Amino acid sequence: MADEAGGLVIDPMHQFQIHPLFGEGPLTWYTPTNQTLWLGIAVVVISILMLIGSAPRKVIPGRTQSITELLYTFIHDMVEEVTGHEGAKFFPYLMVLFTFIVTSNLLGLIPGSFAPTSHIAVTAVLALMVFLTVTLVGFYKKGIGFLGMFWVSSAPLVLRPILALIELISYFVRPLSHSIRLGGNIMAGHAVMKVFAGFAGVMGLASIVPIAAIAAIYGLELLVAVVQAYVFTILTCVYLRDAVGEAHH
Amino acid sequence: MSTTETVAGAAGEASQKGMPQLNFATWPNQVFWLLVALVILYIVMTKIAMPRIASVLAERKGKITGDLAAAEELKSKAKAAEKAYNLALEQARVEAAKIIVATKAEIQKDLNAAMADADAQIAAKAAESEKRIAEIRAGAEQAVGEVARDTAGALVAALGGTADDAAIAAAVAVRLKG
Repeated sequence: MADEAGGLVIDPMHQFQIHPLFGEGPLTWYTPTNQTLWLGIAVVVISILMLIGSAPRKVIPGRTQSITELLYTFIHDMVEEVTGHEGAKFFPYLMVLFTFIVTSNLLGLIPGSFAPTSHIAVTAVLALMVFLTVTLVGFYKKGIGFLGMFWVSSAPLVLRPILALIELISYFVRPLSHSIRLGGNIMAGHAVMKVFAGFAGVMGLASIVPIAAIAAIYGLELLVAVVQAYVFTILTCVYLRDAVGEAHH
Repeated sequence: MSTTETVAGAAGEASQKGMPQLNFATWPNQVFWLLVALVILYIVMTKIAMPRIASVLAERKGKITGDLAAAEELKSKAKAAEKAYNLALEQARVEAAKIIVATKAEIQKDLNAAMADADAQIAAKAAESEKRIAEIRAGAEQAVGEVARDTAGALVAALGGTADDAAIAAAVAVRLKG
């Protein structure tokens, strides 16, 4: 972003600004913003894919049907393997989680677009929902026995209180790491591309170097977009296993 | 509402410098729209898309299992048919062997009968022939005797002797035996 001629002014964070979609009015809790627009686009894209893909109901699937079935079986197998059979009731939740994150991440890579998942508010809500679900379901299912996961019975008795403290802290840090891992990755990737784009704007012919770098980083970001969605979903499965599955400590 | 506006406005000014992510004034708005989006997605997933996909997958699984079972059944049927075919073939072979044996025996019987018949006929004919030969021979001996007696009588008469028939016959008979 070279706002003034000659000076190198890069504002990589400007792209994350949230502003009202219509007019310049103040931002209330219901004002449609640029983020609302891209949330909506993600919802529409996912809905169209899922509805068109599931409509034909062919025994031998076509392309779109294959994509939806691939998504379905991918998440289904992940839930079955990681969370266990008890986790099957969280399957729709994880389906929404994965499709939403991966679609938002990928849509955010369209130049000029906006990635809702680059905002900590969004990822924090997603992570807190997981945290609250795990905690509530854990206590509902196991009662006070849910606290047993903090008491490492395989460790020497002297170490157990210390380990319990560490386990407890790590448990409450989970939503933080869970959300910042996703938001930070997406934000960092976008910011880095913006920085290189700023270089490209003032380097004349040599700007071929930052442009090539942007292309390379873009490929990396495509990978990050999918991998981070996968990581978020599989971590959710792992956390859910604490609530419904057998103890694994 | 006016307090919200002033807070948002102040935060908006502040956000021009820091990270937009940490502009907490935008958080209620973000959280609200995110929850709306998630609820819509959840409804689309659970009410329409996932039941459909699940039914298609179940249907496919059922079809594959059914087809495999049908294939297994057809295979066993084919095996049974092959077995039945082999059995029939074996039976036919045995039957054919029996028929061959029976036919052979019958032919042998006919042949034996015909042979016996022919032997009998041949024997009869041979006996008749022998009788005829004997008759002819007897006739010939008689004729030879007559010719010999006649010739001897004529010879005796030509030589000037007289001989009674009885003496000539006796002499011829002696000669014929010798």
